[in-house]
Amino acid sequence: MAYGDFVIQRDLNFTISKGDIFIIMGGSGCGKSTLLRHLVGLQVPARGRVLFSGESLWDAEQERRDAILRKTGVTYQAGGLWSSMTLAENVALPLEQYTDLSPAEIADLASLNLALVGLAGFEDYFPSQISGGMQKRAGLARAMALSPEVLLFDEPSAGLDPISSRLLDDLILELRDSLGATIVMVTHELASIFAVGDNSVFLDPETKTQIASGAPKQLLAECPDPKVQRFLRRGVVVAAGKTPANQGVLA
Amino acid sequence: MVAVTQVSVSPRGKGSASAALKGWEADLLTVGELRVRLFGEWVLASGARSSTELSRRLSETPSPTKISFDSRELGAWDNVLINFLNKLEAVAAERAIAVDRSGLPGGVQRLVGLARAVPERQGARRTQQQPDLLTRVGQSSLGFFETTADFVAFLGEAIIGIGRMLVGRARLRRSDLMLAIEDCGPSALPIVALISFLIGLILAFVGAIQLQQFGAAIFVANLVGVAMVREMGAMMTAILMSGRTGAAFAANLGTMQVSDEVSALQTLGIPPMEFLVVPRIVALSLMMPLLTVFANIVGILGGLLIAWLMLDIAPITYYNQTSGAVGMNDWAVGLVKAVLFGAVVAIVGCWRGMRCQRSAAAVGTAATSAVVVCIVLIIVIDATATVICTTLKI
Repeated sequence: MAYGDFVIQRDLNFTISKGDIFIIMGGSGCGKSTLLRHLVGLQVPARGRVLFSGESLWDAEQERRDAILRKTGVTYQAGGLWSSMTLAENVALPLEQYTDLSPAEIADLASLNLALVGLAGFEDYFPSQISGGMQKRAGLARAMALSPEVLLFDEPSAGLDPISSRLLDDLILELRDSLGATIVMVTHELASIFAVGDNSVFLDPETKTQIASGAPKQLLAECPDPKVQRFLRRGVVVAAGKTPANQGVLA
Repeated sequence: MVAVTQVSVSPRGKGSASAALKGWEADLLTVGELRVRLFGEWVLASGARSSTELSRRLSETPSPTKISFDSRELGAWDNVLINFLNKLEAVAAERAIAVDRSGLPGGVQRLVGLARAVPERQGARRTQQQPDLLTRVGQSSLGFFETTADFVAFLGEAIIGIGRMLVGRARLRRSDLMLAIEDCGPSALPIVALISFLIGLILAFVGAIQLQQFGAAIFVANLVGVAMVREMGAMMTAILMSGRTGAAFAANLGTMQVSDEVSALQTLGIPPMEFLVVPRIVALSLMMPLLTVFANIVGILGGLLIAWLMLDIAPITYYNQTSGAVGMNDWAVGLVKAVLFGAVVAIVGCWRGMRCQRSAAAVGTAATSAVVVCIVLIIVIDATATVICTTLKI
């Protein structure tokens, strides 16, 4: 991954299993969001491939690529809601574009999606009229509109109070369990990482590559890398070697 | 002793083909239980399913007391199914009919639960009423007065800000002022040159055809000179600058509102009026007369070219005729208007930007209304000035 000649991250190699909640973590500026942008087709990797079920995103034709990307739903850091549309219209737009449903059915489904994220009755509000937490949830409702197989979140709980953040985590878990969707999350909220993460990759801005991967709880217990330990323990350095379970080798 | 008997299987007059399309069948058991059998695909791609028919079954007599589900033949499902069940449960809840979700797949049970978990917030839903014509006329008239009052207030604040700058007490950065001057002065030269050259050319063309009929072709120089210097130079430059710079001011300040940059200045105790608005107003008011002088000269050159090529008037003759026709008072009128227009464009642009709501759509609205208000004001001021000048014989 690079912006021009400026390399952000190199030699990234990880697999996200179906139904997992996969965390992309790392310090600020390490390229987490950039990695997410590569995954959802907003940026072309300088080298390498992004595979969806074995199919390469960037080697595919434009039409095929759009079809692959339609199976994903994304929420953005700042919400990314279209400010000139009401919440219902925001959620309805993907349905209008990609299904043959009637306007009444679309309105129904939009209301349902908003109800699922706890925003029943807010259909006619504009994004600027609701709080930040509600905007995040509305963004999630829009991402879910087409019942995607993969949901990607860019810092879903950033800027939320601990309770809202916890509720959002619960919601994400619930959606994974009930819809069977795969979740990819960029975050550095430790509480979220340990609460929901099944698997993860840790990006390091200095070496410009991934320095650890695996289940977050396991990383906390076993990863020997001091940088990872510092991150997962909020800067409190514990000699990783002293934890008894530190025999396993992590990829 | 009556065993469980099935009362009705298929809805009236509809065959099994429509049942397959429908995706459900409902059997009323004698114990008052309505068993809904779900089958087939329930996905977005295969279309939505209406729950009205099933809801109607709930109100039929004998009315069921309980709804249960059989989903053994259910295929793939997504929000379409959740929506169907959600609406069904809403109707059931109204009629106090119990719903037993245990026959549904686990994920469906949980999602329906989630959709019904957070009750609609009281008062959240809005009832929109279209006000009648009289109300709307009244509202927009009141709105007009409010907007005007707000503009006057903004104008007053701006003037106070400029006053503070003149006595050297305003909080603004010299470099910001220079940047604004560069942006609304030198950077605008090419487009101003092009437009005013063409305006001079057009005036000369129109004049030449008319004046040639009287053998007075040389007066093309008077026409172009006076028209450019008194009216067109200032007005065209102002209209150009309202589209170029006025809109840019509105969009720029509007985006700064959206991204909290204005708030950041305020909390630091730096008045945005002095820091952001004053440099822009000063810059454009200073640059507009200079641009206008430039526009006038280029316009006259455009006329000269036509006179030379079409009417065979030597450039030196044209020059002499022009300098005889255009007096100092013409230049003065043009330049005073230019300063006024510059201030109007900058103030309106900044005003719309500073009053911008906090969204991307609002930034667009701010830029649009800045240009519209600017152009209207420019034409109105120009017309008023012309009437006054004619009456006073300036």
